Amino acid sequence: MTLYSRRRVVNHVGLTLSILATLFGLFWLVWLLWTLFSNGLRWIGPRLFLESTPPPGANGGLANAIVGSVILTVVGVGIGAPAGILAGTYLAEFGRSSRLGAVVRFVNDILLSAPSIIIGVFVYGLIVLRVGHFSGWAGAVALALIVMPVVVRTTENMMRLVPDSLREAAAALGAPSWKVTVVIVYRSALPGILTGVLLGMARVSGETAPLLFTALNNQFWSTDMSRPFPNLPAVIFQFAMSPYEDWQHLAWAGALLITVTILGINIAARALIKRAKT
Amino acid sequence: MSSAAATPVREGAPPGSPEDTGVGVQSGAVGDRVFRGVTRFFAAVVLLSVFGMLVTLLVGSLPALKAFGFGFLASKEWNPVTEQFGALAPLFGTVVTSVIALLVGVPVSFGIALVITELAPTWLKRPVGVAIELLAAIPSIIYGMWGLFVFAPVFASTLQPWLTDHLGAWPVVGMLVEGPPMGIGMLTAGLILSIMTIPFMAAVMRDVFETVPASLRESAYALGCTTWEVVWRVILPFTRVGVFGGVMLGLGRALGETMAVTFVIGNAHDIHASLFMPGNTISSTLANEFTEATTPLYTSSLLALGLVLFVLTLIVLIAARLLLMKMKAREGVRT
Repeated sequence: MTLYSRRRVVNHVGLTLSILATLFGLFWLVWLLWTLFSNGLRWIGPRLFLESTPPPGANGGLANAIVGSVILTVVGVGIGAPAGILAGTYLAEFGRSSRLGAVVRFVNDILLSAPSIIIGVFVYGLIVLRVGHFSGWAGAVALALIVMPVVVRTTENMMRLVPDSLREAAAALGAPSWKVTVVIVYRSALPGILTGVLLGMARVSGETAPLLFTALNNQFWSTDMSRPFPNLPAVIFQFAMSPYEDWQHLAWAGALLITVTILGINIAARALIKRAKT
Repeated sequence: MSSAAATPVREGAPPGSPEDTGVGVQSGAVGDRVFRGVTRFFAAVVLLSVFGMLVTLLVGSLPALKAFGFGFLASKEWNPVTEQFGALAPLFGTVVTSVIALLVGVPVSFGIALVITELAPTWLKRPVGVAIELLAAIPSIIYGMWGLFVFAPVFASTLQPWLTDHLGAWPVVGMLVEGPPMGIGMLTAGLILSIMTIPFMAAVMRDVFETVPASLRESAYALGCTTWEVVWRVILPFTRVGVFGGVMLGLGRALGETMAVTFVIGNAHDIHASLFMPGNTISSTLANEFTEATTPLYTSSLLALGLVLFVLTLIVLIAARLLLMKMKAREGVRT
């Protein structure tokens, strides 16, 4: 074999393997989604949204878990997103080259990929042990700690995209620097910041591990955040691992619901960021 | 905090902000101070929460560390009845599943990044990239359910017997594929972890590949290199540090991943040579046993496991970030 043909063969083999790798990655996505739809779609109906989780053998839905998850997510994002936006503002406006800024940026990136179960254990020690029982608040705080780093990162990046000339123009007109940030920079970076909030929301909507030791679960309808709180991921975990078939059906329906919601939020966030950048 | 805000500490104020000019102090000085103080407070919250995690885990695991000392890391005993606890079995499981995840995930991620940056036509780049990223958006618990109910049975009836038949007689590898094809176990957990880490590694690799200057790439093509040679001899050496950082990031994910592993690993406090046997990881032990721990020493031992996991991921993630920062710094020098 000549040198040229060998190089050509190596090239073709390498590129073919790369394309196969891409198909391999896409294959799992398709298989996962197909599984969810084929197992879950049948069990989605009005009852799912109207009735609470049943004891084994009885009819029921996931209403309490769905509402519980929505409340937990909203409260979690409600705590985590403002904190993240303010911390991100510090990094983008005040801490660009300060030492504190550099340290916070570094630690934030670590928090971003820290195992979520460790965050659950932390909140367990911080709140559940002190209060003495599991509660919706503890769950929401755990979720907030997961949302925060996502929002910090996107907020900083998006605020930095705002040209300095815009800040200078506002300052030249006599605006104090907090007003420049709030009125000018936030407004121009808004779609990007919202994207970060949406991505954070998508990330926590399906989080299970940190809720196991904080919000725990509640089989009944409950909107009292100071008690163990119903939530969809924990119900899916419990029902999927159970030997009862009707529980497993509900688990599949819940899994489909959660995945479609999260993929929807992700795609919306991407559309938003595309608009923000152009 | 007020004293810190009053002293003229300059933290790289944006050029042209009121502090630079010296005018406008009278109109917005209070607002500026408050606003800056509030943002700085929340920046500190980020620091404090990571610090708080470390302290919580450290304090909580003290009783266990006192009782077992460094033997905690070396003992594979895990017996709630006699209160003998050791981290070896879950630690072993964590490391083995993560290594499997990397062995499968790294080459695949490399191929995906290569396709997205070098091969795919422009109209296809974005859809493929988004699809791979959606793989990262699917919650861990969904991977777990799918792994247990769909993947494991298929795996047990096809790939596992095939592996035993074809590799079982080999000297060392044979030991790894011994045992009944149950579908669940260390290998299944590792494979599912690899699928979950691929999007993270592929995204980093794609980003660092794109930092290679076009002139470098084009020069290589002009000299007659094939695409594969351009990637292997020009792009990869140029981005080595960043690629390695991405792999570490993927490793950090794999080490701490909980729900998917909990579903498929089988949850046995055992160490087997065979990858087909059920095992345990630190995170799955926590997920399964934390709310059931009855005695203080049991809880403390679980917290000590959490500490081991946190320190492990901290080391890996710090290494990942330092590598990626080095990559970024070099980019700055070049342009």
